[in-house]
Amino acid sequence: MAAKNMLFSGFGGQGILFAGKFIAYKGLIEDKQVSWLPSYGPEMRGGTASCSVIVSDTPVGSPIVSNPDILIAMNLPSLDRFEDAVVPGGMIIADSTLIERKVKRDDVTVFYVPATQMASDNKLGNLANMIIVGKLLKEIGDYTEDGLNAALDKVISARHADMKEVNLKAIKLGAEY
Amino acid sequence: MSDKILMKGNEAIAEAAIIAGCRHYFGYPITPQTEIAAYMAKKMPKIGGTFLQAESEIAAINMVYGVASAGKRVMTSSSSPGVSLKGEGLSYLAGSDLPSLIVNVQRGGPGLGGIQPSQSDYFQSTRGGGHGDYHMIVLAPASVQEMAELTVKGFELADTYRMTSMILADGTMGQMMEPVNLDLDVKPAHEKPWATTGTQMAREHNIVNSLSLVPEELEELNFKRYDRYKVIEENETMFEEYKVEDADIVLAAFGIAARVSKNAVDEARKMGIKAGLIRPITLWPFPKAPFKAAAEHAKAFISVELNMGQMIEDVILATESKCPVTLCNRAGGMIPDPKQVLNSIIEVNGGMK
Amino acid sequence: MAVVFDKPHALIDVPLHYCPGCTHGIVHRLVAEVIDELGIEGKTIGIAPVGCSVMAYNYFNCDMIEAAHGRAPAVATGVKRADPENHIVFTYQGDGDLASIGMAETVHAAARNENITVIFINNAIYGMTGGQMAPTSLVGQVTQTSPYGRDPKACGYPIKVCEMLSELVGPEYLERVTVNNVKNIRAAKKAIKKAFQNQIDGKGFSLVEVVSSCPTNWGMTPKQALDWIDSDMLPYYPLGVYKDRSAEQKEAE
Repeated sequence: MAAKNMLFSGFGGQGILFAGKFIAYKGLIEDKQVSWLPSYGPEMRGGTASCSVIVSDTPVGSPIVSNPDILIAMNLPSLDRFEDAVVPGGMIIADSTLIERKVKRDDVTVFYVPATQMASDNKLGNLANMIIVGKLLKEIGDYTEDGLNAALDKVISARHADMKEVNLKAIKLGAEY
Repeated sequence: MSDKILMKGNEAIAEAAIIAGCRHYFGYPITPQTEIAAYMAKKMPKIGGTFLQAESEIAAINMVYGVASAGKRVMTSSSSPGVSLKGEGLSYLAGSDLPSLIVNVQRGGPGLGGIQPSQSDYFQSTRGGGHGDYHMIVLAPASVQEMAELTVKGFELADTYRMTSMILADGTMGQMMEPVNLDLDVKPAHEKPWATTGTQMAREHNIVNSLSLVPEELEELNFKRYDRYKVIEENETMFEEYKVEDADIVLAAFGIAARVSKNAVDEARKMGIKAGLIRPITLWPFPKAPFKAAAEHAKAFISVELNMGQMIEDVILATESKCPVTLCNRAGGMIPDPKQVLNSIIEVNGGMK
Repeated sequence: MAVVFDKPHALIDVPLHYCPGCTHGIVHRLVAEVIDELGIEGKTIGIAPVGCSVMAYNYFNCDMIEAAHGRAPAVATGVKRADPENHIVFTYQGDGDLASIGMAETVHAAARNENITVIFINNAIYGMTGGQMAPTSLVGQVTQTSPYGRDPKACGYPIKVCEMLSELVGPEYLERVTVNNVKNIRAAKKAIKKAFQNQIDGKGFSLVEVVSSCPTNWGMTPKQALDWIDSDMLPYYPLGVYKDRSAEQKEAE
């Protein structure tokens, strides 16, 4: 697999950084080279949140993803801000519950997932992020249940072990959408 | 499965310091390095160590001075404006020949500046940071793994040469997560017979001091300190070379700028331009030798920096003005894009020949 | 022949550089006598300030550290915390060091009840630099930088350190003493001894403010200077215990 440069973006509280961290850990467990770089500063406190995640077979150069292969947009400002930055032939996954408009580009593959609505319908609280993660893994051909367990063990502390099951459920929902 | 774990650079520094035997941390909150303090606050009480949030960066560096006087491994961390406040203490540590580790996770300046990544404290760090003739060993990590390894190395060098080691990182290095292997090799600590730990009525009293009112004596102390610096320059210089051997265009970059530059070198090579990169790992002592050697075959050098051009002066000195040296930079918290660096390479190369 | 008067062991047998009539010598001696009497020289680390007593590191026989101007309480914090069980740590600071440039370090060490002993020499002037206005210079006091007398409209009022720190919950013990006559010297020694004993007992931050003289920069003879302490200094800086938590607790019981 060539390097996958991913950009996760949304607003604070949607679990954007967590989703990115999960993907990075999954890569690490699969012996890939990975990096995770959050935006930091005042914008962490409720404004937009984003993180660059790179999963690659070769050492990661710059950890900054300015032109993502894959954009995860979980709110409208994120899509507005980053749509044009996606590389031609790249992928955009958008939370269509919160983003009413369509992607303007015609040179990228787009998946609309009503993740926030799905989370609400399935009593999955604020796990729209993991529904999107499930869709992402499915579409890049990286969805195996074994891999999920190990990565979730890394990102969910023992104290919150009871959260694992709902996360798995969310990922599965997304993958099957 | 890998035995590596994902860690933020700031946390890797903190954990590596603990592994290196540091049990005393003093700090003051400032973005983007606060994770170091938070990590220490959580860990130190559980391992019999000291975490203390000082009333200021000035107090923190002087607490470091106290523990260092007592012969124990000790550290503080801050970001640019806070490091300026520590400048006084850095000078006293140097004047009293005390070992310590200081971390600067740089942000854009001057003044309060911003909180985004920067390398604009290069001058301040490599030229000492405070008043008087002195140096610190300045280590510039370019990965989370190096954040950990250079922390251990920093403590060891500090003890060996009785001086301050500084980790000069930036906001990206501090905030990013990468896999890190914490199975770090730590050498046994040095004896410190000079430390002020109480005479136990068994020896003459030790004095930790930087005052010397007789100019002849103070001159002698300075000469001796610089003799020691010379040994460090000869033995402790560290750098990484990437595709430099046959390079026409040689980039000079450290930290995050080096990672961006590596991408640009690869892209340039794909276009048939022979580009390479020298990445200083020690910023002081500056690795002059690889630059001097590369100047024999290179057509030009480009210094890639997150500042208005600071390391470029050392590159010009090290290449002995044999080749033109240009600057490719962003400042104020901005980071050069690999494309910007590539364009700079193409331009210096005189197009895509 | 029986020796009736001797130099304390904790004081090194070298000539002090202090001016004639300066009371630093007396306070040095008191500190050294206390260190001897408590038998703590071997585990004591002293922190010298910047100011007239900057070279105190040459006079005390225990391990000594010279700190940056005003930073002695922070340095002492580091030394103490490096080995709290085995280090007895004292700072020796003047008024410029402790109450001006180092006020933040002083207040916060007190607030933390840092288990250290602070000897604070208040002579209402900067001696080392040649007689400039101190944070404790009296209203109307003529110095090199207040040539027409300290004008409170321009530079405020002198700081009463013991009174100020006594408002903090943190510190264990604050007392103001002076050394201008034999009776006062004896009382001063008692306070200094208590300030060290408190540290040995783990009680915390203990500060003894010693109202001192500076005949050279006050422009007086040594005798006049000692009298000026009584006539001018003590009315503004009353002697006494400003805080003694253990005693207060005992009384409450």
